[in-house]
Amino acid sequence: MIRFDDVTVTYDGAAAPVLSHVDLHVPEGELVLVVGRTGSGKSTLLRCVNGLVPHFTGGTLRGRVTVAGRDTRTHPPRELADVVGVVPQDPLSGFVTDLVEDELAYGMESIGLAPDVMRRRVEETLDLLGLADLRHRPLLSLSGGQRQRVAIGAVLTTHPQVLVLDEPTSALDPGAAEEVLAALQRLVHDLGVTVLLAEHRLERVVQYADRVVVVPGAGEPLVVGTPAEVMAHAPVAPPVVELGRLAGWSPLPLSVRDARRAAGPLRERLEPLAHDAALRARSSMHVVDGEPAVVVEDAVVRHGGVVALRGATVAADRGEIVAVMGRNGAGKSTLLGSLVGLHTPSSGSATVCGVPASGLRGRDLVSRVGLVPQEPTDLLVADRVADELASADRDAGAAPGSSRTILDSLAPGIHDDIHPRDLSEGQRLALALAVVLASDPPVLLLDEPTRGLDYAAKKRLVATLRRLAEQGRCVVLATHDVELAAEVATRVVVLADGEVVADGPATEVVVGSPMFAPQVSKVLAPQPWLTVAEVAAALAAS
Amino acid sequence: MSSVKHGLGASAVPRWLHPLAWWAWALGLAVVVSRTTNPLLIGLVVAVAGWVVARRRPDAPWARSYAVFLKLGLVVIAIRVAFTVVLGSGFGSTVLVTLPSLPLPGWAAGVSLGGPVTAEELLLAVYQGMVLAALLACVGAANSLASPARLLASVPAALYEVGVAVVVAMTFAPQLVQDVGRVRTARRLRGRPDTGLKALAGSVMPVLEGALERAVDLAAAMDSRGYGRVGPMSTALRRTSGGLLLLGMLGICAGVYALVDSGTPGGIALPLLATGVAAATVGVLLSGRRSIRTRYRPDPWALPEWIVAGTGVLAAAVAIAVSATDPAALVGQVSPPAWPQLPLLPAAAVLLAALPGVVAPLPPGMMSTRGTAPAAGRRAPEEVAA
Repeated sequence: MIRFDDVTVTYDGAAAPVLSHVDLHVPEGELVLVVGRTGSGKSTLLRCVNGLVPHFTGGTLRGRVTVAGRDTRTHPPRELADVVGVVPQDPLSGFVTDLVEDELAYGMESIGLAPDVMRRRVEETLDLLGLADLRHRPLLSLSGGQRQRVAIGAVLTTHPQVLVLDEPTSALDPGAAEEVLAALQRLVHDLGVTVLLAEHRLERVVQYADRVVVVPGAGEPLVVGTPAEVMAHAPVAPPVVELGRLAGWSPLPLSVRDARRAAGPLRERLEPLAHDAALRARSSMHVVDGEPAVVVEDAVVRHGGVVALRGATVAADRGEIVAVMGRNGAGKSTLLGSLVGLHTPSSGSATVCGVPASGLRGRDLVSRVGLVPQEPTDLLVADRVADELASADRDAGAAPGSSRTILDSLAPGIHDDIHPRDLSEGQRLALALAVVLASDPPVLLLDEPTRGLDYAAKKRLVATLRRLAEQGRCVVLATHDVELAAEVATRVVVLADGEVVADGPATEVVVGSPMFAPQVSKVLAPQPWLTVAEVAAALAAS
Repeated sequence: MSSVKHGLGASAVPRWLHPLAWWAWALGLAVVVSRTTNPLLIGLVVAVAGWVVARRRPDAPWARSYAVFLKLGLVVIAIRVAFTVVLGSGFGSTVLVTLPSLPLPGWAAGVSLGGPVTAEELLLAVYQGMVLAALLACVGAANSLASPARLLASVPAALYEVGVAVVVAMTFAPQLVQDVGRVRTARRLRGRPDTGLKALAGSVMPVLEGALERAVDLAAAMDSRGYGRVGPMSTALRRTSGGLLLLGMLGICAGVYALVDSGTPGGIALPLLATGVAAATVGVLLSGRRSIRTRYRPDPWALPEWIVAGTGVLAAAVAIAVSATDPAALVGQVSPPAWPQLPLLPAAAVLLAALPGVVAPLPPGMMSTRGTAPAAGRRAPEEVAA
């Protein structure tokens, strides 16, 4: 269905090709997962499929890409719209109309289908993706998962044989991600659509894939294989795979279900260790005594007519890492925002280091609390890394070079002259962190820090956060990433509809929760294990 | 065309009323406003438009702009009055208050700062401000009743691409506002001032960069979805349509020049202009045949559309007729100040224009019979909140 013959892509002005001599054949009805670091050429590979590379992006493509027998050399993207559906990373950026139903019809209007055909296909697609209740809704009022499903539906109506998706679940909470993946699963199984999917969060998708393509980057050849083959040798893999490697299971499990069936003996071995381990893992907390660094008390925050927080009470001490979880729209970002004074509670209070956050400005603010927003780039304003760091020193009133030192400790080797937009996601996050930490705030807030991070970058982030907490900082992070929460959080707060529904040690809150339990916990439940590292340490000690 | 499907009022099947019908209705009311300075009549128009908006406004982002238009109207009135108070016009005799006046240099003769403020000039300023505010209210009503995207979807095929560009531009404006908010937040998080001129200057570049990036994303998405696919077209037809368009444009330019330039013989301007417009229209229609686009569920033009558009046109016609026959009835008297009288005939026509509030079908997703406007539709996504 998709065939790459000796494809080499070089962008204009680039010294080396992004992809070199790629040969790949994807047969009909396969779900292929494309993995690779940010900047490895993953997106380029995806965009080659419908001719966006090179027709839209420029650059030179040597070799040949054919889709359903059509050569992308002679067919620009618009002439492939009826065979390839492309779902962009941020669905909102690709919407052309303003209502769900119109958006579904847009592609069909463009290729000139008859009105009765359009009508029928819109209804079919609404049913297929469970969108029937949303048909008259404005696109802007939809939740993240709904938007993603509409974006998929909008390209499906032209009956493409190939579907290309770029990180469809990275911005979604676990529930919404399940929704989207279930829809994809149905397309592959029932309609025989060929799916090419890029995703960083392997733990969510690897079990659905028929084959995995690893794009190593720097022009290295692709690695192609079944998920089990690829995962067996991958340097970083989802927790369930790592647990399988640790326990020596064969075949290597890819889903929680497979792992659970193999885990009986391991559970027995771990049974006597479980109690101690849970205690030991949590005793490494460095809670600093004294008044809590962050207190939100009975806070009510409204955005227009919408109540984002309705009487939430949360406190955190120095030395703690608190993960705030909950579905999209539960009030996580608002909670963080109220702690830097972006939102003023209409009743109740939000204080940092004993001072109400709403009145803080300028240096008073940055010396107490730092927030890394969902898009770290928002914080970055300069054209060069060096200028960015210098201005951060000035803003904080710190000695010149102090933020450079911090950056080097977080992510060594970031060159002075690079434009912040050209950094990888992980490096950009490190730069934003360095900017925020320049003024040495005792409270650090992070909003969805792992969005777009690969496993290696995530590992570095985990180490960084632990170190910051050990230095006596209070770290609060809002996240959908259950694995991250399991890895670093000493405490988990679950928000729902603006209220705190659970608040306690990670082991208590997360274990047994179908939505927020990490994979290891799902495999080894009811024992309170959260991460592979914990299991490994316990086994080594016994 | 069954009567239930395209029927009248809240009992009919909910559907979008043809956007052109709403615009015809609103522009009709705007014509009434532009013909009068009678505050009672203007007030009546605003009340009627507001009532219809309240009854038939869908629960959609574009519909929320109505309040903005009303507030803008109040600002216009305030500015108009403030200018009168400060600059004065020296008209009228009922002095209410005398402000300290500022002598101006000779070159500014005819402009005076301060001085006496009269009831007449104040009243005139209020009435004239009300006209502008009411015009804004009419445009705002149309804007919130009819989706701009649906309006542009009903333009002819050849102009379709222009329409898309306009729709995209319109969706960009609210996103730009969001971006400005995000950048301001980021400035504040870095401990920099987030208000004032300097902050504004500092946020221009990031906002433009964001807008540009989104534009590129959208262009890629539209290209991937078949935007701009064209069918085959014979060379002869393409040349004909191109030539006609070129000729038409030249004709229009020359015609406009002839109209403006007094030296050109008078008889030539209008025919030239008309020929130009005709040639351009035929050219546009011909090149539209190349487009292979089809329309999904086009809005029908049925009885409710006739009634909605008709009431607007009727109100406008009555106002024009009355202004020709009895101009005094439409003027709000300011000198000497007097309590205005409501002119009966125009008022009746305007009241009739409230009919759409009853006969227009409800927009989809708003079932007033069950009383459940979808509350979920108002839920702001967390990104917006952040």
